Amino acid sequence: MPAALRARKYNRREAVAGYLFITPWIIGFLVFTLGAMIYSLAISFSHFNLATGRMRPGGLDNYRALLDDPRVAGSLRNTLFFAVLAVPLEICLALLLAILLNRVRRGAGFFRTVYYLPKMTPAVATAAVFLLLLNGNTGAINRGLRAAGIEGPQWLVDPAWVRPSIVLMALWGVSGTMVIFLAALKNVPRDLYEVAALDGAGPIRQFFAITLPMISGAVFFNVIILTIYAFQVFDQAYLLFWRDQNNVAPESSLFYAVYLFQQAFRQFNFGFAAAMAWLLFLILMVLTYLQVRIGNRYVYYEAER
Amino acid sequence: MATTTPTPRTARARRWTTGQVVLFLLLIGFTALFLYPLVWLVSASLKPSGQVFDNALIPHTWRFGNYVEVWDQLPLLHWIFNSVSIAFLAAALVAVSSSVVAFGFAYFRFPGRNLLFGLVLATMMLPASVTMIPTYLIWKQTGLLGTWVPLFGANLFGSGFYIFLQRQFFLGLPRELFEAARIDGASYWQLFRRIAMPLSIPSFIIVFLFEFQASWNNFQAALIYLNGGSVESFTAPLGIAYAMTKYSPTAGGHADYQYVMVAALIVTLPMLLLFSGGQRYFIEGVATAGRKG
Repeated sequence: MPAALRARKYNRREAVAGYLFITPWIIGFLVFTLGAMIYSLAISFSHFNLATGRMRPGGLDNYRALLDDPRVAGSLRNTLFFAVLAVPLEICLALLLAILLNRVRRGAGFFRTVYYLPKMTPAVATAAVFLLLLNGNTGAINRGLRAAGIEGPQWLVDPAWVRPSIVLMALWGVSGTMVIFLAALKNVPRDLYEVAALDGAGPIRQFFAITLPMISGAVFFNVIILTIYAFQVFDQAYLLFWRDQNNVAPESSLFYAVYLFQQAFRQFNFGFAAAMAWLLFLILMVLTYLQVRIGNRYVYYEAER
Repeated sequence: MATTTPTPRTARARRWTTGQVVLFLLLIGFTALFLYPLVWLVSASLKPSGQVFDNALIPHTWRFGNYVEVWDQLPLLHWIFNSVSIAFLAAALVAVSSSVVAFGFAYFRFPGRNLLFGLVLATMMLPASVTMIPTYLIWKQTGLLGTWVPLFGANLFGSGFYIFLQRQFFLGLPRELFEAARIDGASYWQLFRRIAMPLSIPSFIIVFLFEFQASWNNFQAALIYLNGGSVESFTAPLGIAYAMTKYSPTAGGHADYQYVMVAALIVTLPMLLLFSGGQRYFIEGVATAGRKG
């Protein structure tokens, strides 16, 4: 804000009207965000009885229980494994597709539409289809691999392949990330490439010297958002492995959000689940902070902001 | 909102070079990969009971009767009605409330505005699981558990991303427009109602479509709030999860999985139609999300 404007006193009527306009958000924030956070923090430090609605102070008991429960560490390890595998693959595939779409001179609109359709498909439908596509014996994915001479794994049964199968589903819906990259690519000035080409830079050199630095902001944004999503992966894992309580699911499919949900709404261990949620929040804050620290060293910002 | 300059359609732009052909073939390859599961879904929905798992892309036996029987097999009509109602309420509420709040942040100058708007953006980063349990308890205390309200009630108060999106739009409107109306004696509310709102229909549609899709696809909230009720009270995603268990071969079902496929397809179709109608709004919305980075 220019100094001249800041120095001016606020118009009282205008300020009051402004507060009135944002009142819905303030109420929502106080109840469903700030209030809920304080409530959640209080629950995490208590023994909570759902039947009576009573809270008894519990000190660090719930957090100590997190450390004692091997499934917390296990689910965290599964989630981390998923994130480390999914995020780089999603970034690479989305970037590749965006570059192809940005280069093609015909049909870009058609291809973009088709690639976006999986993003519109409800998670339940995706899970219902992939449940059969990923079947180790009869599934289409292994049949395709067999045709190429590769014996595919038992995706949904073999504990080692359960997490990659969720990654596959995430990759199928990668188009949101792709659209963000495509928008960023369109903003790279064309003349930069022309100058580089005159200097004799090939396509690969151009990619690393021009494209990647120019869209580094979008890469950075997508990495942060995809990481946050990856740590909260729930729908597919729950639908494929934990939906049916009579089913014995491989322990490697127990993601953090799934275990948190089970503790909260199957066992009604609200104190334990709230502590899990705060641990997740803490982990994500540290991760995002580190990403921002690292990102700021490499990201190129346009002068406009 | 940024406008993309259309590529000039010169003769050079249309010529097929080797590079363009390779590019085109690659894109067609990806098209096959991305479309395969959807085509497969259509195909499986048309197969008789024993053949759903055979993975033939073209059914050996066509069975259109699945589409008639599914309505008797599953209370699909109830689920769709529930989902449409909830998604419509969720989308309409959040589009209106976010618009009001966004105008407050975009037009008015008041102390603490930037700090508060920073908080709006910060709420977008908060993992939902942190507020999931207290939110459940809040709805429990208001006695609204078992109703639809927990599935859209919080939308009455606006939502971070949508407030951000609509504020961006309002900031793009020339301020003189509002100053002129003020001189003519318009109230602040009239500025919003008569000028800002009619002009912001594109961003309103973006928010509505995004939230409609999010609500239609929302599985976890339905699982928390509706799973205890009757099967008829489920939303479509919860219903399909129920059907997956009901017809699961391993859970002693009859493995009539083709009904799950029909139901999944019927629930997917409205989203595909929504996208075909509002594609540019979806793309614009996603691109705006990225631009703030």
